[in-house]
Amino acid sequence: MNSLIYTTATRIIVPVTLVLAVIVLLRGHNDPGGGFIGGLLAALAVAILEKARGVDAARAWLRVEPLTIAGAGLVAAIAAGLWGALEHGMFLTGVWPFYGPNAAGVNEGVPAGSILLFDLGVFLVVVGGVSGILFTLEEAGVPAEQPDDEEDS
Amino acid sequence: MTSTAAPATPEQAGIWRVVPALVLAIAAGWFATFLPLIAQGEYAEFVVPWIPSLNIELAFRLDALSLTFALLITGIGAICFLYASTYFRSDPRLKRLLSLLTLFAISMLGLVLADDAITLFVFWEGTTITSFLLVGYDHHKKSARDSALQALLVTGLGGLALLAGLILMGQVAGTYRISEWVQMGGIFRDSGLYLGMLTLVLLGCFTKSAQFPFHFWLPGAMAAPTPVSAYLHSATMVKAGVYLIARLSPALGGTEVWTWTLTLVGATTMIVASIWALKQTDLKLMLAYTTVMALGALVMFLGGDYYYATTGAVTFIIVHALYKATLFLSVGMLDKMAGTREVEALGGLRRAMPLTWGIILLAAASMAGFLPFFGFIGKELKYEGALGVASEPLLVASAAVLANALMVAAAGMVALKPFLGAQRSPKPAPSDPPMTMWIGPALLAVMGLTFGLFPDLIGPTLILPMAEVVYGGPVPVEVKLWAGVNTALKLSIATFLLGFVFYWMLSRIRQSLDKEVPRVADAAEGYEILLQGMKDLAAWTARTIQPGKMTSYLRYTFLLMGVLVWGAILIGTGGIDLELGDVPIFHSAIVAIIAVSTFAIVVTGSRLVAITALGGVGAGLAVIFVLYSAIDVALTQLLVEILVVVFIAVALLKLPRAGTGRLRIGDASISVMLGLGVTFGLMAVMSTPLDRTIPDYFEAVSYSEAFGRNIVNVILVDFRALDTLGEIAVVVIAAVAAVAALRGGGQEVEK
Repeated sequence: MNSLIYTTATRIIVPVTLVLAVIVLLRGHNDPGGGFIGGLLAALAVAILEKARGVDAARAWLRVEPLTIAGAGLVAAIAAGLWGALEHGMFLTGVWPFYGPNAAGVNEGVPAGSILLFDLGVFLVVVGGVSGILFTLEEAGVPAEQPDDEEDS
Repeated sequence: MTSTAAPATPEQAGIWRVVPALVLAIAAGWFATFLPLIAQGEYAEFVVPWIPSLNIELAFRLDALSLTFALLITGIGAICFLYASTYFRSDPRLKRLLSLLTLFAISMLGLVLADDAITLFVFWEGTTITSFLLVGYDHHKKSARDSALQALLVTGLGGLALLAGLILMGQVAGTYRISEWVQMGGIFRDSGLYLGMLTLVLLGCFTKSAQFPFHFWLPGAMAAPTPVSAYLHSATMVKAGVYLIARLSPALGGTEVWTWTLTLVGATTMIVASIWALKQTDLKLMLAYTTVMALGALVMFLGGDYYYATTGAVTFIIVHALYKATLFLSVGMLDKMAGTREVEALGGLRRAMPLTWGIILLAAASMAGFLPFFGFIGKELKYEGALGVASEPLLVASAAVLANALMVAAAGMVALKPFLGAQRSPKPAPSDPPMTMWIGPALLAVMGLTFGLFPDLIGPTLILPMAEVVYGGPVPVEVKLWAGVNTALKLSIATFLLGFVFYWMLSRIRQSLDKEVPRVADAAEGYEILLQGMKDLAAWTARTIQPGKMTSYLRYTFLLMGVLVWGAILIGTGGIDLELGDVPIFHSAIVAIIAVSTFAIVVTGSRLVAITALGGVGAGLAVIFVLYSAIDVALTQLLVEILVVVFIAVALLKLPRAGTGRLRIGDASISVMLGLGVTFGLMAVMSTPLDRTIPDYFEAVSYSEAFGRNIVNVILVDFRALDTLGEIAVVVIAAVAAVAALRGGGQEVEK
């Protein structure tokens, strides 16, 4: 893909999509969004970047091996579960260290805790898994024998 | 780490190798402290709840029957372990062998001590698996691997039958405690499921104890190293089936079916095996067949339903364990020190290996049942029992006499042939083995004589309590060496005479057997045919539904899904409400877009158009989700659609060609069937009234307890977080697998 317009446009599209992905991840608990949708958005950003600049550039931009990102996400989700097990004696119970009802019964504080960590894990798994498969698919290259694509022409 | 000492300097080997033997010896001593308790007809118990919801407990119970087996397992185990640590002292795999043997001993102990049927089964399977590993110990040899697999398949299949049988018994009895089962024999016998449970349980016992026609795996299992065979096939593994028959005989026994099945199967096994034993020239194989013979005798007498027969059987369990372990270990000594187990290649070793000869003579005398050995007492009790069995005394007695006479000949073969005549052996300078090898067999051989001379040592303390447990009632029998001149003694004398004739004519018998026996249909062949058939079936299935083509996988997957959906619709009771209600014009427009896109996918010749149209279908669906306020689902749908288009575009060049002609019609019918099925299925779902319990609960607590207003997300990350965790684990695994498959794709293996 050698479109100048597309390549230039990615300079704006990719960062905006990524910021959007994080916003979607964070707002997910009260409004449409969440780790899965956020992760898909971020994976889309990676895909756009990869299409514009190629696999090697995309890998370099990511810095970390995609499957490592996915693995880290799984670890984060399990850690969130263990956190709940330590705090409340039950695996995956939500822990809200800085948030809860005050004397007046109104919830206040910073709404972050094991649930956000879990959602972040989902986010990372989706980003890592999708970009891992996409990169490898690109790298697998065109098979030596040209498949019968006469239908396309 | 491992012992690399040369055979000449065994002292240098690590002392760790005797630790397992020592542990078992201590265990044997500990079990022996229970003897006074057991002699009074008492028992010891140990129970821990395991799965209370299924009424399954880790229950153990030590009575006379389990104590006898526990003593054999630990005592003979200690001897075999000590022997193995010398036999394999220069083998780097000794540690593995000892670990496997120890695991096996633990399984075996658990089996005989278990009082809960499920606990017993778990240990039963434990012995199956560990013996598979032990038989296949020389896994670099194909024959050893085949034998191990054969033993595993035959006993494993029997194990499945046994599990079913035990569960049937448990359901009928309402408990899984075996000690309660043996009190409720009437309930089992009157149950309509009696035949079923009897067949299944006996199938498990017969395969494990190598009864005809499942006997063929045991001689094959002789691929195991000698100390392993000595342990598995004298006192333990193969006795497990006999143990279970003995254990359950008060619960299941006493009927005509029980008596006749055990008598006929046992007698057939006994005769067939003793004839085959004479045919062997490999001493270890010969002993293997005499083991099958002994197991057949035990089964036959356990089916006698007569207290003398029961006493004979339980006595013979101990007699056989003592002499058979000794003989296996002694044949191992011959193999190690003289270089072969082939009887034809050995002779005149009486001067070179006097200790070995002495040990073998003692054990063989017990095996042949000479006065005053323990084997004589066992044989007299068996004959006394045979004359009073519930089935057919004449048949049982003559079968027993014939088999025992053949045993006399076999005993002569192992005890005399290698030691008399002119000296010859493959190894130039045969000698007695080191003390750690002969001390154990010597101890067992001497015990065979001691118990014969002083039967009171073991009779009232162990044998009679055990017979009472198995018979399920009082056993008015005296275990003594000399019972006067009675019918049993006359049968004994006839046995000896017949045995001497057989020994004298041995080479002639063998020649005629060589000519006749191969013509008899062999169960091992049946096993081979069955195994090959299963392999062929598996290969055919794999070839047919997994040809390595994506289109075929999709075809079969969708076909199966379609069948399942239609099956659910046709079997299901709920009606389908075909009334669609009011459809706003805007909704109809979206549906029209989806329909047109779908049509385009089907008719277009261009893949690019098809992919774009597929995106159109997805986008249309997303809009429908939006219209019904499922914003999260709509967002996900849209993003996934976009990514799918990206992925397909990448993979475009590698997509296989779609089928043509007939295949396309087939594919079309599958998709129409699945599409209609899903449509009707959804309509059926929509016609069922919605149960609001769960949504109401989530709506109520989503904000108050999980601090989230987006219920979809709260369900994903909090209420049902375990599901999500499972799903993302699948995503990671799928990604890893896809990356690995794609990277390996370059060097695809030829079909």
